[in-house]
Amino acid sequence: MENLIALLVAAPLLGAAVLLCGGRRLDKTGHWLGTLLAAVSFGIGAVLFVDMLGRPADDRTMDQFLYSWIPVEGFQADVAFQLDQLSMTFVLLITGVGTLIHVYSIGYMEHDERRRRFFGYLNLFLAAMLLLVLADNYLLLYVGWEGVGLASYLLIGFWQHKPSAATAAKKAFLVNRVGDMGLSIAIMLMFTTFGTFAFGPVLGSVGRTSEGTLTAIGLMLLLAACGKSAQVPLQSWLGDAMEGPTPVSALIHAATMVTAGVYLIVRSGAIFNASPDAQLVVAIVGAVTLLFGAIVGCAKDDIKKALAGSTMSQIGYMVLAAGLGPIGYAFAIMHLVTHGFFKAGLFLGAGSVMHGMNDEVDMRKYGGLRKYMPVTFVTFGLGYLAIIGFPGLSGFWSKDKIIEAAFAKGGTEGWILGGVALLGAAITAYYMTRVMLLTFFGEKRWQPAPDPDTAPSVEPGIEVHPGDMPHPHESPRSMTIPMIVLAFGSVFAGGLFSLNESFVTWLEPVTSFEHGHPPIGAAAVTGATMVALVLGVALAYAQYGRRPVPVVAPRGSLLTRAARRDLFQDDFNHVVLVRGGEHLTRSLVYVDHSLVDGAVGGTAAAVGGLSGRLRKLQNGYARSYAVSMFGGAAVLVAATLLMRGV
Amino acid sequence: MNPVNYLYLAALLFTIGAAGVLIRRNAIVLFMCIELMLNACNLAFVTFSRMHGNLDGQIIAFFTMVVAAAEVVVGLAIIVSLFRTRHSASVDDASLMKL
Repeated sequence: MENLIALLVAAPLLGAAVLLCGGRRLDKTGHWLGTLLAAVSFGIGAVLFVDMLGRPADDRTMDQFLYSWIPVEGFQADVAFQLDQLSMTFVLLITGVGTLIHVYSIGYMEHDERRRRFFGYLNLFLAAMLLLVLADNYLLLYVGWEGVGLASYLLIGFWQHKPSAATAAKKAFLVNRVGDMGLSIAIMLMFTTFGTFAFGPVLGSVGRTSEGTLTAIGLMLLLAACGKSAQVPLQSWLGDAMEGPTPVSALIHAATMVTAGVYLIVRSGAIFNASPDAQLVVAIVGAVTLLFGAIVGCAKDDIKKALAGSTMSQIGYMVLAAGLGPIGYAFAIMHLVTHGFFKAGLFLGAGSVMHGMNDEVDMRKYGGLRKYMPVTFVTFGLGYLAIIGFPGLSGFWSKDKIIEAAFAKGGTEGWILGGVALLGAAITAYYMTRVMLLTFFGEKRWQPAPDPDTAPSVEPGIEVHPGDMPHPHESPRSMTIPMIVLAFGSVFAGGLFSLNESFVTWLEPVTSFEHGHPPIGAAAVTGATMVALVLGVALAYAQYGRRPVPVVAPRGSLLTRAARRDLFQDDFNHVVLVRGGEHLTRSLVYVDHSLVDGAVGGTAAAVGGLSGRLRKLQNGYARSYAVSMFGGAAVLVAATLLMRGV
Repeated sequence: MNPVNYLYLAALLFTIGAAGVLIRRNAIVLFMCIELMLNACNLAFVTFSRMHGNLDGQIIAFFTMVVAAAEVVVGLAIIVSLFRTRHSASVDDASLMKL
């Protein structure tokens, strides 16, 4: 059974290699191959899952040693896999949602002439992501970590002919680099502290290590998680990453890759448990991000950017939960999985809407679409109910538990974190209701297609003539079926996981679990969450459901305008980092020019001047050489005589 | 006769030769002056040999003659080919090697 683990990674890797190296002869069949291999990977994952379920809870971890990667004295890096309950959860999520999104992409990318390459990149992403979650040591995890970064870069910039997409890809890559630096420093610290990177020895010897070192490692791991999971302060890339094709946004920038940071924190739970400071910072980062993303999501008119803000906010919930320790780890992962379902479904729904609306992304130009796209409306609507935490749906079970756990943290921190999480739930309800009302309800605000010369079409290959009114229509079946499957997940996954606390029990051997006891009682927290939900929905309905929505966005309040600019994240980065960096480099250049170049140039000038003078002695006349020879001889003779005399 | 006088003569001949090397431009004359210096040395060697009463100086004089003969062969060949290409035996003209 263990030998199957490598196949999980190998199948999509093979797909990527064949599709990317195979050339144009695969243009007609490539997408089927890519989808098939993703499905094969899911099949293997399912077989392993069934096998794992058949064994006792404390004997479920499987290891597979492939080969020794860097066998050096005192430095052992192996390519070895470890499949435990946590990895298994991710494997099923990645391959399951991944396969659905492959299917969806067949329809969505139908008119794109580079579809084969798109599927190659998607398979590459799956392979890297599976490597990330299956690695049994931090160094191999780092390989997967960089691999998903590369795939993300390639897919955000897939429509590279658009300058905005090319820039967004570069931005995502650069911001992620900052986080990756954190991970590499953490790995180096681990090696110097523990002498190994393998999960078992590192996490097992935490007790014998000083808290300062662990805090340093934990903060570096958090930095890495911030980069990959778009948490404050490295959040700025996620909104721009929506330049990529919508299936990419759904798979990479909502369901899987952006949650890698949560995986890293939960996987390294032992380190954070032993360092309360680092753990508190994790919770604070999560709390700040969940508000940040939610506020940004409220003001965006671009449907994908609104959902991106929401993703940021929901991952904030997961990071917050991961920062609560054993009372939160399992709920972080549970929310991660349910979020994977409903957010992927919401993105696919958004893609379906865009598909039918000539690639219009501005929600103010939608309206009244529920009659024209019934399947999209229903699946999107179920995803909407799930994300706001409508009782009984997936989001309710996982988010409510996180809010409870935040209150259960205890003390002032508990009240603050819990309050923030509760406020976040209200804002979530507000912005998601806004998206829902703007898109599917109200009167039609459709606009004729813009002139392609002034505003180039988002996706190539789709025939849009300037002045054409959109003809919204339901998407092909290859797109609606994944949406329906994900909608089922959005509805039932949470309830299934919460049945007898099955999910928590399942994860307990890996993440450990303690029951949190909120100071005001679990029922009161749930009640408060419901009140927050109703308030958020009611406010959104009052603003967008009862009065007509202007097609051109009004100027808005100060907060709205700030949120439209992503709360000045780019301006902040520009002023502090770009300008600061420019000043730093300029002063370094000045030092280089004046001091370093001065010393070097001065030496060169001195030598040059001296040799210019000496050169004059070399005049080519034999006579003058003879004179110097005679002179020299005379001096020698004189010196000899003098020395004799002394 | 006092052998020291031969030394004076040798010094005189050497000086004439050295002055000629420094002043004249014609390569043939220069060459003759070098020979003059060599022979002044030979004279000094022989004189010292006589004064000190051993034969080392005389033997070195023979060596010098052999070297001088060899040098003349090479040197004259160079001067002749220089003259053929430049139609001049002036050493100042042959200054192409300078920087």
